[in-house]
Amino acid sequence: MFSNPDLQKLLFGRLTLEDIPFHEPILQVTFAGVVVAGIAVLATITYFRFWGPLWRDWLTSVDHKKIGIMYVVLALVMLLRGFADALLMRSQQAIAFGANEGYLPPHHYDQIFTAHGVIMIFFVAMPFVTGLMNYVVPLQIGARDVAFPFLNNFSFWMTVSGAVTVMISLFIGEFARTGWLAYPPLSGADMSPGVGVDYYIWGLQIAGIGTTLSGINLIATIVKMRAPGLSMMKMPIFTWTSLCTNVLIVAAFPILAAVLALLTLDRYVGTHFFTNDLGGNPMMYFNLIWIWGHPEVYILILPAFGIFSEVTSTFSGKRLFGYTSMVYATVVITILSYLVWLHHFFTMGSGANVNSFFGLTTMIISIPTGAKIFNWLFTMYRGRIRFDVPMLWTVSFMVTFTIGGMTGVLLAVPPADFVLHNSLFLIAHFHNVIIGGVLFGMFAGVNYWFPKAFGFKLDEFWGKVSFWFWTIGFYVAFMPLYVLGLMGVTRRVQHFEDTSLQPWFVVAAIGAGLIALGIGAMIVQFAVSIKNREALRDVTGDPWGGRTLEWSTSSPPPDYNFAFTPVVRGLDAWWEMKARGFQRPMAGYKPIHMPRNTATGVILGVISIAFSFAMIWYIWWLAALAFAATLAVSIIHTFNYNRDFYIPADTVARTEAQRTEALAAVRA
Amino acid sequence: MASHATQSLGDGADDRVFLDLEGEHHPEGSTMLGFWIYLMSDCLIFAVLFATYAVLGRNYAAGPAPKDLFDLSLVAVNTSMLLFSSITYGFAMLEMAKDNIARTQLWLAVTGLFGAAFVGLELYEFAHLIHEGATPQRSAFLSSFYTLVGTHGLHVTFGIVWLVILMIQVRQRGLIAENQRRLMCLSMFWHFLDVIWIGVFTFVYLMGVLQ
Repeated sequence: MFSNPDLQKLLFGRLTLEDIPFHEPILQVTFAGVVVAGIAVLATITYFRFWGPLWRDWLTSVDHKKIGIMYVVLALVMLLRGFADALLMRSQQAIAFGANEGYLPPHHYDQIFTAHGVIMIFFVAMPFVTGLMNYVVPLQIGARDVAFPFLNNFSFWMTVSGAVTVMISLFIGEFARTGWLAYPPLSGADMSPGVGVDYYIWGLQIAGIGTTLSGINLIATIVKMRAPGLSMMKMPIFTWTSLCTNVLIVAAFPILAAVLALLTLDRYVGTHFFTNDLGGNPMMYFNLIWIWGHPEVYILILPAFGIFSEVTSTFSGKRLFGYTSMVYATVVITILSYLVWLHHFFTMGSGANVNSFFGLTTMIISIPTGAKIFNWLFTMYRGRIRFDVPMLWTVSFMVTFTIGGMTGVLLAVPPADFVLHNSLFLIAHFHNVIIGGVLFGMFAGVNYWFPKAFGFKLDEFWGKVSFWFWTIGFYVAFMPLYVLGLMGVTRRVQHFEDTSLQPWFVVAAIGAGLIALGIGAMIVQFAVSIKNREALRDVTGDPWGGRTLEWSTSSPPPDYNFAFTPVVRGLDAWWEMKARGFQRPMAGYKPIHMPRNTATGVILGVISIAFSFAMIWYIWWLAALAFAATLAVSIIHTFNYNRDFYIPADTVARTEAQRTEALAAVRA
Repeated sequence: MASHATQSLGDGADDRVFLDLEGEHHPEGSTMLGFWIYLMSDCLIFAVLFATYAVLGRNYAAGPAPKDLFDLSLVAVNTSMLLFSSITYGFAMLEMAKDNIARTQLWLAVTGLFGAAFVGLELYEFAHLIHEGATPQRSAFLSSFYTLVGTHGLHVTFGIVWLVILMIQVRQRGLIAENQRRLMCLSMFWHFLDVIWIGVFTFVYLMGVLQ
């Protein structure tokens, strides 16, 4: 670019034109697709003059409902990216046998499986979980927002910045080729000198800040902002599982931040934490990352358990069976999740006693989980079960997750693990619990709470189509991997010599194709529902015969959630209100104290992207500038004391009167 | 306890009252709890660094060991700077409770100076060690030493910046409720760093030299 290499280095660090992969046909097509889709989105926004509302009502919003929706949108978008990676891998492995090398060279294949894992966990599952918690928890506890509304907005934008950073790696440079946890010494400076691991580090570090802060926020919200009378043992189960998840987040994500920081120092400064020379110890990394990593899987699954509890009880028309045992099971899982991390590396060689301890704790954790399954079954027993889409996902979860749980107990036996370690059996196991548990839970949650968020139900037919393709596709895609794993096939292999394995991989690829149809049906479901929204409209705010407080307000809820704070007497507060003939008050509204929107979160998010990009490419001047800008913007933000306002009483009265009219129109 | 609360609520009120119509249920004051939880998350970062030091702290790689490097009298002076700064911050909070702006500011300034002295001495120590060839790249022991002590030092530096900003804000707006809350948060942060330092002093310096 420049004749003077020193000047170029000063300005652009190690970034050169050669780092933009013009020569990869797959990336060219992807890039073209992204550009076309991007232009289409921007044009649509411009055409509908949506920029102003987008900025004022969404991007800068501190409303937990809007932020929750934006998290879920982020998760759905990233699901498409992560799933595209999955399709690439499945098709490569279906054809790359013997003389056929497939179409993905190893260096590309390695990036794809790394990106797939990172994106699916950090930028699909996490935003999904965080989004639903954000949306639902304040409504379930009768609060008007979270404890720290600005922090909530900031957390969201940190997550987006992390996602964007990872996405940039697709078109500039490369992504890590290390697997989703970037184990050293492979991820160290000697073995991975390129920018891939640095994209990984900074993407996760920035998103992790957001996750930790949102965990703090939701704990404070649940502990401090519950409606009067809502004692801990009256909280809806989803709120309970959210509380435990956020405790896990706060107790686990700082460990990830610290271990990534140590890896950063190894790579950037040349320290010796995880190197093989001068006293470093790579196994420190394994231990630390899994002390975060194992609680992480419970961070993902507990809110899903909460959703299934709400759905089972609502669609069985019964109070949840064994509420107290459900709470204790959740708490026990929370604690035990910290005592099992070593089962991820039984083969490290820590000896029989240590392995036995961690094998036993791992098996014990299946007891409270089993108790939950029985609670859901007994809730359904003799209930009037309605098989709406959320309930279908729940039933499918119970079957699928139980299978995944049993293979997990198998892996918990250290001698068995020595055989199955790093094999496709493991891959099948964790997809079994993450797809069958977390993802099915999130889909149940989206179908369940969508009418609350938008005021109309999702189309049932396409929901069922999507459900069946996903469920069948999951079994077709992953059961062959169990078989292959038992035959000894290891993970992360780009090409096979033994052609007798091929049929199993072909079946798995067909399964991935079925899942693709499931995702397609889901997109159609959204489109059809938006088109038919008037027919699917629900003005009652309570389309499913709900039991908890979020169904007591309108759909979508007003900015202030509740005109009057509910007073809670027992479990299933809204059910009880309905049973005792609750009437909405028509007068006596008071001004409502609300937080003001702010652009600080968006600005800090953009600066963070610049900072991480600069650090990745060694553009030191930009990194310094971005760091200074972060400090300056944060400091300036603290000088703004004008952070709240009152919604006047007559505005509240008008909003509530509209709802009264709408309700009357339905009854008439 | 939970059942008690319900009962008292059920006793007085009509069972069909489902809403707080008086409407002054105003859940405020989650800031202290939130900040506590943040401090505990920060504490975990230090826990990781302590654990790393515990595992790697004796991997000298034929390089210098704590006994060769640490000057306990310098560290003792340094420690006293930080301990004094905690006391003076406490004085500032007492003056804040009496609503005395000038004296609050004075004690805050003294606290900041002690903090700056601490960071200055730490930098001096680091420069001295690096000059002797004991760089972070020399061995895993030194990597984990610099990271643990340096992370604490960065926290103190950040605390000083925060303190200066709060002094400006107190000057601009006085000891209003928001500023009092902010001073309380910084107070917790400052004392927390003191506690961490006691761990560093004992675990890294004292036990290192005693080995």
